[in-house]
Amino acid sequence: MIEIEDVRKSFGSLEVLKGVSMTVETGEVVSVVGGSGSGKSTMLMCINGLEPIDSGRILVDGTEVHAPGTDLNKLRRNIGIVFQQWNAFPHLTVLENTTLALRKVLGKSKDEADAIAVKQLEHVGLGDKLKVYPSKLSGGQQQRMAIARALAMEPKYMLFDEVTSALDPQLVGEVLDTMRMLAKAGMTMIVVTHEMAFAREVSNRVAFFKDGLIHEIGPPAQIFESPERPETAAFLKSVL
Amino acid sequence: MFNINYTFHWNQAFRALPDMLEGALITLQIAVLSMLIGIVVGVLLALAKEARFAPLRWFANTWIEIARNTPALFQVYMIYFGIPAVLQLAASLFGIDFRALGINIFYLDSYWAVLVGIAFNNAGYLAETFRGGLRAVPPTQTRAARSLGFNAVDSFRLIVLPQMFRAVFHPMTNQMVWAILMTSIGIFVGLNTDLTGITQELNARTFRTFEFFALAAAIYYVIAKIVTGGARLIAWRLFRY
Amino acid sequence: MLGTSVTWGDVTFMMTGAGLTLAITFWAMLGGTLMGMVFGLIRAQSPWYVNHPLGAVLDILRSVPLLIQFILFNSFQSIAGLGMNPFVVGCVVLAAYTSAFCTEIVRGGILAVPATTRKAARSLGMTYWQDMRYVVLPLGTRVMLPSWIGLTLGVMKDTALVYAIGVIELLRSSQIIITRKPHEALIILAIAGLIYFIVSFPVSRLGAHLEKKWREND
Repeated sequence: MIEIEDVRKSFGSLEVLKGVSMTVETGEVVSVVGGSGSGKSTMLMCINGLEPIDSGRILVDGTEVHAPGTDLNKLRRNIGIVFQQWNAFPHLTVLENTTLALRKVLGKSKDEADAIAVKQLEHVGLGDKLKVYPSKLSGGQQQRMAIARALAMEPKYMLFDEVTSALDPQLVGEVLDTMRMLAKAGMTMIVVTHEMAFAREVSNRVAFFKDGLIHEIGPPAQIFESPERPETAAFLKSVL
Repeated sequence: MFNINYTFHWNQAFRALPDMLEGALITLQIAVLSMLIGIVVGVLLALAKEARFAPLRWFANTWIEIARNTPALFQVYMIYFGIPAVLQLAASLFGIDFRALGINIFYLDSYWAVLVGIAFNNAGYLAETFRGGLRAVPPTQTRAARSLGFNAVDSFRLIVLPQMFRAVFHPMTNQMVWAILMTSIGIFVGLNTDLTGITQELNARTFRTFEFFALAAAIYYVIAKIVTGGARLIAWRLFRY
Repeated sequence: MLGTSVTWGDVTFMMTGAGLTLAITFWAMLGGTLMGMVFGLIRAQSPWYVNHPLGAVLDILRSVPLLIQFILFNSFQSIAGLGMNPFVVGCVVLAAYTSAFCTEIVRGGILAVPATTRKAARSLGMTYWQDMRYVVLPLGTRVMLPSWIGLTLGVMKDTALVYAIGVIELLRSSQIIITRKPHEALIILAIAGLIYFIVSFPVSRLGAHLEKKWREND
């Protein structure tokens, strides 16, 4: 379970999170929608401790992420994250990209790591690209590799940060399919996205984010069909 | 159009080839050592330039600016004339007896002056190269590595460093060639064991300036081509991506 | 002066040397840039059987110590009885050396202009030279100028090597004074270093400024 309690965060004089609270149960898929620059991505970075917070707290399975004694490296093994700019490691092949953390962080043997990685890569449809360098892949393929790389660590949670925003339209589908598969398999996911149809289809709940605050959170049917807040309605009107 | 009353004597030059190749080895030795020192000091300077302690930054900046804004020969002079002068000053101000320490404060060996001077120059240029290399790797790479659970040291070692190495490899090769060619200025401080120094000695004995220096030029050219060719081969093996 | 035995006469002597350094830099850059523009244009747009041999010749100039080029050409011109004075020899050799680097700068600048941009210019009915004058040159200059400024500084430093053929420029004049007054080596070198620095530092700052400014506009 991920618990976010009244989290505030500023970059200089700009306050990007103004007291965000949200709970994600194990096995749940929560989509986060809202305009650009509303602080959605920053919130994801705070959950795995890539960004410090100013006040409030975040608990992952009861461990307080930003407490001084928390072993963030250990915590992050449980939380996979996929970025908008897929961030493939350009100097490593697809297989090496996927096995590096397995070997160096989890201390698995090469054979063990290879077996896990191959399984995950086949799962996302990259079984025939093992020896290829990322520069030879399309954006969609690189993004699927990034998903496989995160999944190989067998995380309990997966965070997706606008993973289709930087992709050409024809490549969006293949990445969404991979995520859909993952949601069906019962993975706990927080998905920051602009793909409204996708959010509606796979989410248990949808959160509407604006100006550093969650204005409304609820089942997709409620958010998309009968939003309670005028801000939500206005936003949906602008994107649908 | 030219009225040339001159007979070229190439045989004489070719007979001296073994001696000149021996000089080329010294040239290479100085270049390689000065690069090794330059790489280590260059990394330290690049780090010092980012340091929080201001005097450390000033020190690095001064070094880098002198290395880049003055002739390499000036830098060799700084070592060759400057170090004895500093030692003499120290001897007279603080009464240190350098002779008891086995140090001659009136003269610095030209080999060392050239080696240290060129190392000084390399370090200044390489410091900037390394800073550029660090900037060439986007911070998102570190972020991605950290999100997979790598600690700070491993993210740098396994993810940033290899990419940085690629970015600096080509400039480092250029610096190496530059260092080889630069060693020729040793002649101005009396170095007579490197390729140019030996060529000059032969020239002084025979006055066959053109032949000897043309041969030396050819040797420098071949060395430079071997270094760039070798580097290209290494890059091709190393950077498949 | 300054409680040392370095006299104003010495400083004047060094300033004369500095003047010579600047004069050689000027002529070498003038000649080198003109040749570099011609070679660069040729290299950027001629077939390989012209491009490669020209590239190979220029590459020799970059792969042989400049010092040896000075000595070789000086020796050649005396064998050939050209009777050039050392100053002219210095300028000619340094100009040829400079042209090798300038060629690559010009070539890089021209090739940096995307082919699509040039096609667009030609499709508007511009002639080859109009395309060069109004499209390639302004765009390429942004790429070339910072490197060209860097080259100027490099050439100024390289003038120190004309010492080998007997031109008494700044560094040679310093060395002459040091030989006469070895105990003043530090102050003489400091003055020489300062002169180099005073000339090159503002120029290098200008280059960095232009580069930054143009990057921001892109």
